[in-house]
Amino acid sequence: MKILVPVKRVVDPNVKVRVKADGSGVDLTSVKMSMNPFDEIAVEEAVRLKEAGKATEIVVVSAGIAAAQDALRTALAMGADRAILVDTDAEVQPLAVAKILKALVDKEQPKLVIAGKQAIDDDSNQTGQMLAALLGWPQATFISKLVPGADDITITREIDGGLEQLAVKLPAVVTVDLRLNEPRYATLPNIMKAKKKPLETVKPADLGVDVTPRLTILKVAEPPTRSAGVIVSDVAQLVDKLKNVAKVI
Amino acid sequence: MSTYDAPLADMKFDMNELAGLKEILALPAFAEIDADTVDAVLEEASKFATEQIDPINIIGDRKNSPKWDNGVVTVSPEYKSVYNQFRDNGWHAMPGAPEYGGQGLPNLVNFAVNEMWRSASIAFALCPMLTMGAVHAIEHHASDELKRKYLPNMVAGIWSGTMNLTEPQAGSDLTAIKTKAKPNPNGDGTYLITGTKIFITWGEHDMAENIIHLVLARLPNSDPGLKGISLFLVPKFLVGDDGSLGARNDLICSAIEHKLGIKGSATAVMSYGDHDGAIGWLIGKEGNGVAYMFTMMNHARIHVGLEGISVAERAYQHSLAYARERIQGAIIGDAASKTTPKPILFHPDVRRLLMEQKARTEALRAVGYYAAGQMDIANFSTDPAAKKKAQAILELLTPIVKGWSTESSIELTSAGVQVHGGTGFIEETGAAQYYRDCRITAIYEGTTAIQANDYVGRKTAREVNKETGDVAFTARGLYKEILAFANGLAADAELGDIGKVLADATQALIDATEWVVGIYNTDPANAHAGSVPYLKLGGIVTGGWLLAKSAKIAQAKLGAGETGGYYKGKIATARYYAKHVLVQAQGLKATITEGGPAVFGLDEPLF
Repeated sequence: MKILVPVKRVVDPNVKVRVKADGSGVDLTSVKMSMNPFDEIAVEEAVRLKEAGKATEIVVVSAGIAAAQDALRTALAMGADRAILVDTDAEVQPLAVAKILKALVDKEQPKLVIAGKQAIDDDSNQTGQMLAALLGWPQATFISKLVPGADDITITREIDGGLEQLAVKLPAVVTVDLRLNEPRYATLPNIMKAKKKPLETVKPADLGVDVTPRLTILKVAEPPTRSAGVIVSDVAQLVDKLKNVAKVI
Repeated sequence: MSTYDAPLADMKFDMNELAGLKEILALPAFAEIDADTVDAVLEEASKFATEQIDPINIIGDRKNSPKWDNGVVTVSPEYKSVYNQFRDNGWHAMPGAPEYGGQGLPNLVNFAVNEMWRSASIAFALCPMLTMGAVHAIEHHASDELKRKYLPNMVAGIWSGTMNLTEPQAGSDLTAIKTKAKPNPNGDGTYLITGTKIFITWGEHDMAENIIHLVLARLPNSDPGLKGISLFLVPKFLVGDDGSLGARNDLICSAIEHKLGIKGSATAVMSYGDHDGAIGWLIGKEGNGVAYMFTMMNHARIHVGLEGISVAERAYQHSLAYARERIQGAIIGDAASKTTPKPILFHPDVRRLLMEQKARTEALRAVGYYAAGQMDIANFSTDPAAKKKAQAILELLTPIVKGWSTESSIELTSAGVQVHGGTGFIEETGAAQYYRDCRITAIYEGTTAIQANDYVGRKTAREVNKETGDVAFTARGLYKEILAFANGLAADAELGDIGKVLADATQALIDATEWVVGIYNTDPANAHAGSVPYLKLGGIVTGGWLLAKSAKIAQAKLGAGETGGYYKGKIATARYYAKHVLVQAQGLKATITEGGPAVFGLDEPLF
């Protein structure tokens, strides 16, 4: 079974981001970047499937600027076999990424796509679902367990009411949640070997995909700072405040 | 509590812009390594340092330090587990030679990665550091048989290594060594070792399966001086020809020390030969023990200097995190802060302390990385002239990196405690640990005075060019180069003020050097009375030179359209350093050239 894992290069989760003064976005200059943590979990799961003899090849894909190669190299160092960079300076939005992935799935014919459930920069949580729709494949989102079968997989997904178990026919798209696994550290010998693994670069146009953004960002702003609370003396005052100050009842 | 965040931007800047990583990677020795791989190694190492090593630093210090019981030393489960991962993930083997399982990366890259381990926990990182020291000694001087038998497991970190030099009566002066070695009466070519060694870092512990001790000892009827000392390999467990572990050797850890800092590491008293004698193997030739130790001195000293740099960086990050969140008092000159409180980072003197930590740590790193790069050029350049020059610069800078970085780290971690105010004096905040941990670095592997003696004597006044007869030619050449750069920078519209201070400071160093060279043969005690200030002056000026150079490079990058606070910061730290640190050069020059007699101004009975 071939597995395709999309990965995204995002602001490192430990970085405290700042909004640009003009409100056009987050200031990324000199900011540490890393692989999206959910994608690390996806790569880890694929590598574990391969180590268990359930997968034959792991292809990792990223769409973005040339520096997105760093995320691909990290995935190769973790154990992926080869990488494809879809090189574009344009801002790639979820639908464009889904179309790019659709084109690559058509070409690569994997049986399973394991994606992070969302990227921690824009938190869109759309790409996996859009990809499944474009492919006409079954999808299972937010999975916290994956057990491969003969021509299906059994997954556990986290839902509001608890855990849901589903059998999903292959080929399929799954998106992973935090509790699926704990990603490994790449070992030094594997980091050194990663350089020798194939990394292919293509342009969106080569795949016949138009990545022109469909969404316009109007403004990016810091969340409003919370003001201090007040202690109310009785229920009547609480109701009054909720009615007249917070205006929620 | 803060979390360690490797300063990758500054590390990469120093490696690329100051230390010549590009030129080093272009050397045939590193044909297999490229810049992307180096980046990937640094990234992954920073992750491991932050997530795995940094959290155990406090455990080794205050929660669960190594415990001694009847010769057995047990470390905390956390230390053991991180050591196992460190070894299994291949980090231990990294600096080793490829034929023994290492990665063949440039020393400069190893240096940067090692900075991360040591910033995260100097006590933990000492174990692999000592093992690699022993590996180098065996690799360069032992027989092929010993190399084959011991190196693969030592490089991998399955076995650890130690260096046994010090004895109660033999500290800085190794001639006083008494530990004895005699040929094994069974005639198998081994030796029996008896004696006591102290201050043996990681001399006993349970993280590795075997511990390989390198022990300096005297053979019967040998020269009573340094030439009578030989080096022996003495394993904790005897190793069979197939590499299997056999009987326990006749050596025991009789105690571990209670220390001011680096409490996470076990500092052992080692007792050899309580019964028949510990079985040892001679490394290299008889009587060459001390010489073998000295061939590794540059390496070991530069690495202890790096410990100073690393802890200074970690302490800065710790105090910065605190200064950003602690709110206390209205800010002088900022009326609005009375109603809208601001963190202490905005107080002028906290600001100064943080600049002191940041700018001076960057200066230390710049000189350390520059020296580490010179080591690669000296070892691997294909151009004999470049090799020779790099080796000379490395030797000149070695006592500076060791002595100046470690002495500075004491002041900078102290500044870190100061930023914390009263809570800095309380162990829970963690600021005190860095202050305690770095204290040893100015002592072991040659105290600051030993470094200063080396710098003023062998590296300066006693350095003679065999071909031309010139004295102190490496020092004079380097300082001339710095002066020329400073004079050029003095004409710069934006950075001219930095250039002028650097030029004056360099002139002070040149004047002090000429004074030292002039007086050394007639009044060496006078020269040595000012040797530590002279070492400090050398450090301050070389640091100022590389920071000024960094500012110039940053200016060019900003001019070429590169954005980002990092380059602006580089100019700001260079300027701070010029106005607060480089200006001290004049005072140091006066101390060096005029202060000697005052050192001897009080007759001994009057003390």
